[in-house]
Amino acid sequence: MLGYIYRRILYMIPTVFLVSIVTFLIIQLPPGDYLDTLAAELSDSGGLDTGTLEALRDQYGLGQPMYVQYYKWITGILFHGDFGLSFEKNLPVNDLIWDRLGWTFGISLLTLLFIWITALPIGIYSAVRKYSFGDYAATFFGFIGLAVPNFLLALVMMYVAFKYFGQSVGGLVSPEYIDAPWTWDKFVDLLKHIWMPIVVVGTSGAAALIRIMRANLLDELYRPYVVTARAKGMSEFQLLMKYPVRVALNPFISTIGWILPTLVSGEIIVAVVMNLPTTGPMLLRALLVQDMYLAGSLILIVSLLTVLGTLVSDLLLAWIDPRIRYQ
Amino acid sequence: MPQIPMHTDPLVEIRDLRTHFFTDDGVVKAVEGVDLDVFANRTLCVLGESGCGKSIMARSILRIVDAPGRIVGGSITYRNADGRTIDLAKARNGSKELRAIRGQDIAMIFQEPMSSLGPIQKIGKQITETILLHRPMSKAAAKETAIEMLDKVGIPKPAERFEAYPFELSGGMRQRAMIAMALSCQPRLLIADEPTTALDVTTQAQILDLIAELKDEFQMGVMLITHDLGVVAEVAEDVAVMYMGKVVEKGDVYSIFEQPQHPYTRALLESVPRMGMTRRDRLPAIRGMVPHPLARPSGCTFRTRCDSFMPGVCDKTEPPMLPVGKSDVACFLHMEGTKHD
Amino acid sequence: MTDVNATPAVQTGETDVLMPELLGPKALMWRKFKRHRIAYVSLWVVGLIYLMALFGEFLTTTEINETNRRAPFAPPMGISLFVEQEDGGSEFLLHAKGLKLELNRAERRRTFVVDPDKIIPLGFFVKGYEYKLLGLFPMDRHLFGPKNARDRVYFWGADRLGRDIYSRIVMGTRVSMSIGLVGVVVSLFIGVSLGGISGYYGGWVDNVIQRLIEFIRSIPTIPLWMGLAAAIPLGWPPLRTYFVVTLIVSMIGWTGLAREVRGKFLSLRKEDFIVAARLDGLTDWEVIWKHMVPSFSSHIIASLTLAVPLMILAETSLSFLGIGLQPPIVSWGTLLKEAQNIRTIIQAPWLLIAPGTMIVFAVLSLNFLGDGLRDASDPNAH
Repeated sequence: MLGYIYRRILYMIPTVFLVSIVTFLIIQLPPGDYLDTLAAELSDSGGLDTGTLEALRDQYGLGQPMYVQYYKWITGILFHGDFGLSFEKNLPVNDLIWDRLGWTFGISLLTLLFIWITALPIGIYSAVRKYSFGDYAATFFGFIGLAVPNFLLALVMMYVAFKYFGQSVGGLVSPEYIDAPWTWDKFVDLLKHIWMPIVVVGTSGAAALIRIMRANLLDELYRPYVVTARAKGMSEFQLLMKYPVRVALNPFISTIGWILPTLVSGEIIVAVVMNLPTTGPMLLRALLVQDMYLAGSLILIVSLLTVLGTLVSDLLLAWIDPRIRYQ
Repeated sequence: MPQIPMHTDPLVEIRDLRTHFFTDDGVVKAVEGVDLDVFANRTLCVLGESGCGKSIMARSILRIVDAPGRIVGGSITYRNADGRTIDLAKARNGSKELRAIRGQDIAMIFQEPMSSLGPIQKIGKQITETILLHRPMSKAAAKETAIEMLDKVGIPKPAERFEAYPFELSGGMRQRAMIAMALSCQPRLLIADEPTTALDVTTQAQILDLIAELKDEFQMGVMLITHDLGVVAEVAEDVAVMYMGKVVEKGDVYSIFEQPQHPYTRALLESVPRMGMTRRDRLPAIRGMVPHPLARPSGCTFRTRCDSFMPGVCDKTEPPMLPVGKSDVACFLHMEGTKHD
Repeated sequence: MTDVNATPAVQTGETDVLMPELLGPKALMWRKFKRHRIAYVSLWVVGLIYLMALFGEFLTTTEINETNRRAPFAPPMGISLFVEQEDGGSEFLLHAKGLKLELNRAERRRTFVVDPDKIIPLGFFVKGYEYKLLGLFPMDRHLFGPKNARDRVYFWGADRLGRDIYSRIVMGTRVSMSIGLVGVVVSLFIGVSLGGISGYYGGWVDNVIQRLIEFIRSIPTIPLWMGLAAAIPLGWPPLRTYFVVTLIVSMIGWTGLAREVRGKFLSLRKEDFIVAARLDGLTDWEVIWKHMVPSFSSHIIASLTLAVPLMILAETSLSFLGIGLQPPIVSWGTLLKEAQNIRTIIQAPWLLIAPGTMIVFAVLSLNFLGDGLRDASDPNAH
């Protein structure tokens, strides 16, 4: 097990390195460097003395070769936790992002939970009662869930909630609570709002997982070991839960690895539509105004946390499936 | 010559059993009218080519035929220790009555020791599970029994192997573990479906010896499904030969081997290489191929490959099972009034 | 793969032995596919959608960039069959009822109401704006529309500039559906090459490619796409934007395909017929293309079909956020961008419903089709 953990963490290093390179490239993509933009911005509002400009130029290695810039950028993050400045807000990126990242991952994890709670029983039912009415219904809703892009679902739900239930839409709490301290009422209000993004983001994932669970289980249901268990005299429910479901669960768990990135992706786009105080709107805004250090930092951290989540899911899988551990 | 215990009632009496598979292409009559008796403390070998329905027949007894297969007729009468009988063919699937018989009275081991054990549960857990299912016992006692069984089937260091996963054991060891699991509740009948086919030759012999030994120890009946005449010669006391879902000949092993009556049994026995054959002797093989299961020949199903085919007789009606010598044979050659030559 | 429809030789010397007719693998696949009803219907639906993309102009009623100051947010018009005569009877006439603006005093804004006096006769093969069919043949006929070329009908309503949503959706089909196709071709190329190399050679090459795929799959796609797409300069010509967006979208799609191809290669590499082909002295290239690829091509077709909707959804999402395709390109995504805020949706729900339905419809039928193909190509499918 320890060997496996070491290997898995070792594999992560090149991934993390690649993530940082890609992020850096994205930061560099827009023409002109960041200080040009900053200088232009500040010269409008009274100008900036050349000393400060030079100091910043030196700090970020601007004008020097690419790899020097990359080195300065990445060491700044690694050793000083310095993600650079957001020129639009003129604040360190650090001061802006953590709150929003917290919400993004909070919602993503809750969505994961929601997906599991719905997909697992429905998938099992669908496989065991293959071609029953329930199976067809689950399959049909599964296909619909996969076919509706989540921003569209968000729009439709907001429309329905507003038009037919007169509910305030958008945001995670009602306007009067936004800056209020945390109270029980605010928490209840949060619950009233947060289910919508969770359902919206989770629908396609749940649809996908139902199909995966169904397929996995169908693969296992007719294996010889199931017949063995039946020949032992176990009841159908007992043997189903102890053998095929248990085996089919493993590939199911490994799907966390790819479902987490899609959840984070989905959360970002849904957040834009629903105007949630999470990473999405901030990232979109930063990209549109080319506030690249802010955008780059968000992309970097979101990606890294996802990679980390994948690692955790892999270790979890190794923990419950002995066959992986012993490889 | 072994004495045939005709005075004792059979453990399992199969009468006119028919198990069909309802596929998209048509109805496959995998088992089509099997009559068979299985006795306690005796080894019955069911012999036949692959696809002749012997496995399906065996699985029908425990009612573990997978869909789209279904028992469509006949009876499987099981007589339990108190002498009470139950028709397994008519028992409701998944009923408590049926489940109590599975694993406790009648146990089964399978061809593929690699895939017949749950892949991600420890061996020991799978065995204790069977015990706890049928015996009112504490977990610790069940564990003790399981380790005892592992020891009995010849697994070295049984206490350690108790904690092993199936993929950590060799094929032979897994089959031993399967046997340990099957025998953990001391069943009255053990059905072994080609238990040695997937194993290498030396392991095969060991496993067969083990089954024979345990049969004597537990006084249980054994039904061994095989296509291997060598296996039959080694362990069988009674033999039933199946062809296309029917028993064509049955009797004790000596009669079958020394005086085979059915042309199919004869052909099977002739196709085995013997010591003393020279290089120039050709090994006889049975003519042709087994007909497609969806195209059963009319009358006697073997007639398309039979050297003694009698037109107008064999293709008209099915031959009934009649005693010939010490065996029962289903062939018109042995019926008065139908013989041509 | 050969079709084995003929009765195989039965070497019994008997002629009365019945053999059921055996179907070849292709015929079996086709039969299995046809049995999957929804997939079979979807095949036709997908075919129709692509025809719609090809002959878009013929199906439209109005030039897609034509604005109408008198019809901002005009609601969808129904098609009526009978006109009432003055004598009380009715006469068959295919027509739409015109709209007029009326001041709604209570809400203090102007709303559209049906104008019963304004009848717009409709017909088939009517004259309209001029276009080139398939970009080749100059034409001015349209399948269905107002008989009088000066009349305007809005079957699915109009947007804020009074442009016809129906015509825009028909034309958007071309962009959205072709992005799926082009993206899939790019994915196919990268996926099969890298997956094939990975699975065929194994060893460290395999390891590197697998790590690369893992890397791409482990990062959230939307932020990455957003980052890349945001870098497309707004001043670029539409066609170039289109191709770059396609490339970005297909960057993700190939990984799944590569994995599948690799898996197939790994399992096939050890098969007897591949070993035999190698021993016969065929080059690696010949072994791959003559023996391995044909044996799983149907599987790849199924995977490709399932990749198309993913790309369509990706394009739609990016364009919706305003960082993918930009106006004046019309795609389902850019059309939905018009319905970005809740107030617009409440005022003109058709801006959301019409393109949304189209996307769901297309993606759904592509998914069904791909699913049916995959089931049919898998001999072990349940």
